[in-house]
Amino acid sequence: MALAAEGERDARPWILLSPALTAITLLLAIPTCFVVVYSFWLRTATGDEQVGFYLDNWIEVLSDPFYRDILLYTLKIGVITTVCCALMGYPAAYFIAFSKMRNKAFLLLLLMLPFWISYIIRTMSWINILGVSGAVNYALQTLGIVGQPIQMLYNEATVVLGLIHFLLPFMVLNIYVSLEGIDPNLNAAARSLGSTPFQAFREVTLPLSLPGLAAGSLLCFVLGSGTYITPLVLGGPGDGMFANLIYDAIITQLNWPLGSALSIVLLVVLGAVVLLYNRYLSLGQISKGLG
Amino acid sequence: MTGWSFIRLATILVYLFMFAPVAVVMLLAFNASQFGSFPMTGLSLRWFVELAQNDAIVRAFQTSMVLGALTSVISTTLGVTASLAMVRYDFPGKNLLNTALIAPILVPEVVLAVSLLLFLQFLSMPKNFVLLLLGHVIFTLPFVVLVVQARLVGIKKEYEEAAQSLGASPIQTFFQVTLPLLMPAVAAGMLFAFTISFDDITGTLFWKPPGVETVPTQIFAMLRNSISPEINALGTVMIIITVALPLTGAGIARWLASRSGG
Repeated sequence: MALAAEGERDARPWILLSPALTAITLLLAIPTCFVVVYSFWLRTATGDEQVGFYLDNWIEVLSDPFYRDILLYTLKIGVITTVCCALMGYPAAYFIAFSKMRNKAFLLLLLMLPFWISYIIRTMSWINILGVSGAVNYALQTLGIVGQPIQMLYNEATVVLGLIHFLLPFMVLNIYVSLEGIDPNLNAAARSLGSTPFQAFREVTLPLSLPGLAAGSLLCFVLGSGTYITPLVLGGPGDGMFANLIYDAIITQLNWPLGSALSIVLLVVLGAVVLLYNRYLSLGQISKGLG
Repeated sequence: MTGWSFIRLATILVYLFMFAPVAVVMLLAFNASQFGSFPMTGLSLRWFVELAQNDAIVRAFQTSMVLGALTSVISTTLGVTASLAMVRYDFPGKNLLNTALIAPILVPEVVLAVSLLLFLQFLSMPKNFVLLLLGHVIFTLPFVVLVVQARLVGIKKEYEEAAQSLGASPIQTFFQVTLPLLMPAVAAGMLFAFTISFDDITGTLFWKPPGVETVPTQIFAMLRNSISPEINALGTVMIIITVALPLTGAGIARWLASRSGG
């Protein structure tokens, strides 16, 4: 009798989980495996797909330096963006966490706002600032510093700028969460034992905030390296990142087998970063930021 | 002390960096000049009027609203049931399943978009609204799960146990005790899912059928053709919807809480 009740209780979580798990299986797990299969198919000259086991896409993707260079370029942009976000985000997170001012809640609320504003709007907003008829050019012309408007947009620097603008809130929030969890007595103890404020920061606060810094960096790097929107809106013709190759293959050229192989490459590279992170630090840190 | 003033200055600059461009979008939306760019020649609502008269934009708006509403209902239903199982029960493989539930945000969104598109097209499903909806549901699900789980942990199990010990059936307990306690989490999940769906562009560009636009893809198309002056007004409307909605929700929740508390 007791066993039967136990058995009944065990079935309930599975009933509750089944709709979500079915969705994940049908809409994510199986489709991802299917893309692996698809990458071995071939697109023929007529535009039809030839089902089979062809290595052509993989040979092209793995041996053509064109793809390797763009992959390396993408990772470089990801790293630059992440480092800039960390440098800019840390002081802000530190200020929100340790400020004594009463408007702290307001600062936190403001920090959450960008998450509610569409990525496309935040990206295109830079056109109003740096564009030919944007704020900076208007100011420069009004002050008589330049006669003709300067084209500041559509290059690598503006892609990085757009990405920083998109990803900075993730960084600040994650660092803030881990700073907020530090016992203030630790810092006070370090000070009373004779360390300078900077030493106390370097020896106590900074090491304790590293989990948040790492979580923020992971998010910035993975999200930044996987985007194709920012290069399309703020980059020039030569500033495409790896996800742009996928977009072009799937949407423009309709070469789905090639697009599949490229997608797997991106998934493996960024997945490896996530796994590496999870090996040493827990992914749980990231959900802390959301809760 | 100089260290602290440096940190304060850096914080001010970071906040300026985050908000100035968005503020400029909202400012220029009210610009009376016929080009919609600097200089500001005066305040006017003309771009909002033009938005309302632009059929393509109105249609994109309706698509986004319907898509966001359906996504939030489906995604929250899936997310709340799954979170209940995760928070309330212990069972083998729980950690693995928890990772599976948030897997859609661990996979780069481009890859998620490509997989779903290719798989459903292989099953001969044409690019249509259902594909868009399924994509948005799977993409928003992890966010709902994370938000709802965080809230659920704070609801004591004892209330449910008390109800059951007083003779309520599990179904009665759910609808009369658990669900009312859960409502803030459900509302938060729905708002979150709606906002993410309403704002999404990365997956939507892959999934949308030709000729169908959501507000973000409409903005994207307008950017690519030529920078039209209406774009800032459209951006402003979007910001107001996705920012004012959760703020109002939070305000109402606080008001309800203070009323029932006092």
